Amino acid sequence: MKLNGARILLECLKREGVDTIFGYPGGTVINLYDELFSFKEIRHILPRHEQAGVHAADGYARATGKVGVAIATSGPGATNTITGIATAYMDSIPMVIITGQVPTALIGNDAFQEADIIGITRPCTKHNFLVKDVKDLATIMKKAFYIARTGRPGPVVVDLPKDVQIAQTEFHYPESVEIRGYKPTVEGHPKQIEKAVGMIMQAKKPVIYVGGGVILANAAAELVAVAKRLGIPVTTTLMGLGAYPENDPNALGLLGMHGTYYANMAVSHCDVLIAIGARFDDRVTGKIASFAPHAKIVHVDVDPTSIKKNVRVDLPIVGDVRDVLVKMLKVADEIGPDAKACQAALAPWIAEIDEWKKKHPMTYKQSASVIKPQYVIQRLRALSDPDAIVATDVGQHQMWTAQFFGFTAPRTLLSSGGLGTMGFGLPAAMGAQAGFPERQVMVVCGDGGFQMNMQELATIVQNRLNVKIVILNNNFLGMVRQWQELFFDKRYSSTCMELPIDFIKLAEAFGATGLQATKVEEVDEVIKKGFATDGPVLMEFKVAREEKVLPMVPAGASLTEMVLAS
Amino acid sequence: MRHTIAVLVENEFGVLSRVVGLFSGRGFNIDSLTVAPTNDEALSRITLVTRGDEQIIEQITKQLNKLIDVIKVIDFEPENAIEREMVLVKVSAEDQSRAEVLRIADIFRAKVIDVTPKSYTLEATGAPAKVSAMVELLRPLGLKELVSTGPVVIGRGAKAWKG
Repeated sequence: MKLNGARILLECLKREGVDTIFGYPGGTVINLYDELFSFKEIRHILPRHEQAGVHAADGYARATGKVGVAIATSGPGATNTITGIATAYMDSIPMVIITGQVPTALIGNDAFQEADIIGITRPCTKHNFLVKDVKDLATIMKKAFYIARTGRPGPVVVDLPKDVQIAQTEFHYPESVEIRGYKPTVEGHPKQIEKAVGMIMQAKKPVIYVGGGVILANAAAELVAVAKRLGIPVTTTLMGLGAYPENDPNALGLLGMHGTYYANMAVSHCDVLIAIGARFDDRVTGKIASFAPHAKIVHVDVDPTSIKKNVRVDLPIVGDVRDVLVKMLKVADEIGPDAKACQAALAPWIAEIDEWKKKHPMTYKQSASVIKPQYVIQRLRALSDPDAIVATDVGQHQMWTAQFFGFTAPRTLLSSGGLGTMGFGLPAAMGAQAGFPERQVMVVCGDGGFQMNMQELATIVQNRLNVKIVILNNNFLGMVRQWQELFFDKRYSSTCMELPIDFIKLAEAFGATGLQATKVEEVDEVIKKGFATDGPVLMEFKVAREEKVLPMVPAGASLTEMVLAS
Repeated sequence: MRHTIAVLVENEFGVLSRVVGLFSGRGFNIDSLTVAPTNDEALSRITLVTRGDEQIIEQITKQLNKLIDVIKVIDFEPENAIEREMVLVKVSAEDQSRAEVLRIADIFRAKVIDVTPKSYTLEATGAPAKVSAMVELLRPLGLKELVSTGPVVIGRGAKAWKG
């Protein structure tokens, strides 16, 4: 039986196991939406802005591990997706974004709502496709999903002209695809793995440095097994948080610009650094020349371009990090002393780290008169479900969440790390809640970032997504203000929000519940009430306005040059 | 260091812009670039000349390999490769310089492909060093216009290099 292109697209999504999509209709996807009208196997969620739709699909993908799918119309709809796509690209999130396009005969004519979205998204997608013939559609969709989820994952755009949605052909979905230019390495080289384990076992001061790759590869359990087996302390990047439980005695927490004193000291003094699914971002390394100066570096990554991009590497291993970790554990059992002996050998190193932990633990100065943002984060942890999912926006609150929440499970923190996209948090939480209707999902944001996508309150309420919104309101663009305080002589240029917004009324206008805490003793009450209230709740906390995120390594300085909390 | 890199790609629209976009987006240099289909019509071969230290060249080849439409990348070692480029040169040629232009053309086995009372247009092919040597000799005689293909490269020996 012949089907039209629009129907074929939906059949492809169904066969890829897609059950939820986020999309916004328009002239060049109206045919697709007409098919969707009677296609009941896929839940469609209508955001209030295409950017938020893509962030929602991204949040859905980060939380569930499945490929996120978003739809936008041509022209402005498609250009509105760019920030969402670039966000997913920087954090290697598997997504397929379908954009409408003007009819093939009009492409290049500056037609109404035409944009060269293939050209525009080329540098921020893993790959993109323009479908010129309905006969190619099924194969292209198969390729798009295959590329998005394999190797180093990433977003793929499929641009679908209106006439291709209307044209008919026989539908046949290929079982598999062969792309001759795309053969990601899965298995790590056994010799390299053996060498790495040997090098690690010789080390007196090893540190494991974990990035988002461990979470993307679903390798958290394997990471914990290797770290425990060898007795090695673990520090994580923002993207890696949750891969190693932070309540473990060998957890060092975050490293880098706002990392813990002891993580940065450990990295600066280690003799072997084992980087796993991490990419040595400048926010992590600080000044490259003095990064891990005494260490031999082992780097495990699925993407060969990540290796030796920013730092010298002594022992590269290209492969799926889960595969490599499984093999490392096996080799360790074959050649090494047992776990107890490994731990005993590293006891002096652990003792040195414990000294650093005692000297400068993660802390902040509590106050009785004003709510400290860090305190709110700690109380959120204490009063939420153990498997709660936390999305963040970008800025100070994001760093406080990373420092003080204490993540213990993968895929429970959803945060825009690479691109640092303000406005990400609320729609990402919405996507995660759509993926896990029964789990507690909260978003921590600042008053600035919240306002970048606050229209999504409508989507949340309309779709009964039970998101709990936490706003740490300091009435500042806090992170920029902090830099202005430290490096620009307190010249607060355009960082004060000035207009006080009544967030409770705002929530109520959309049909959500609004709560507010202005005093320390109200914090627990508001959190408890917020979590106990059915449906979306906005909890506003008026926090200390000029609180800083500390420790802080100034941009371009060495990791040992930290400004510490007094 | 100068490197001549051959890139075998799918012969599809937009592929060249992916390659060029990669260079501009990541701040890599392109000295020259030439592209045409191969004996397999489904494939095109790009030859590009770039510069950089070992680490940059490694990144360039890795990043090229990462593009979905790129099938193979070879960074040719000069001793194992033959490089050729073609130039078309328009040179002023009046009175006594007319004979000199022809002498130089003869030495470099260039062909005269157009002639006027005031100029010669020459076609020369060869290794980039040879071609540029000829151009440098012509320059003082009044070099009016120069068009170059940029080098193409092929490996030495019987082994062919296919997709």
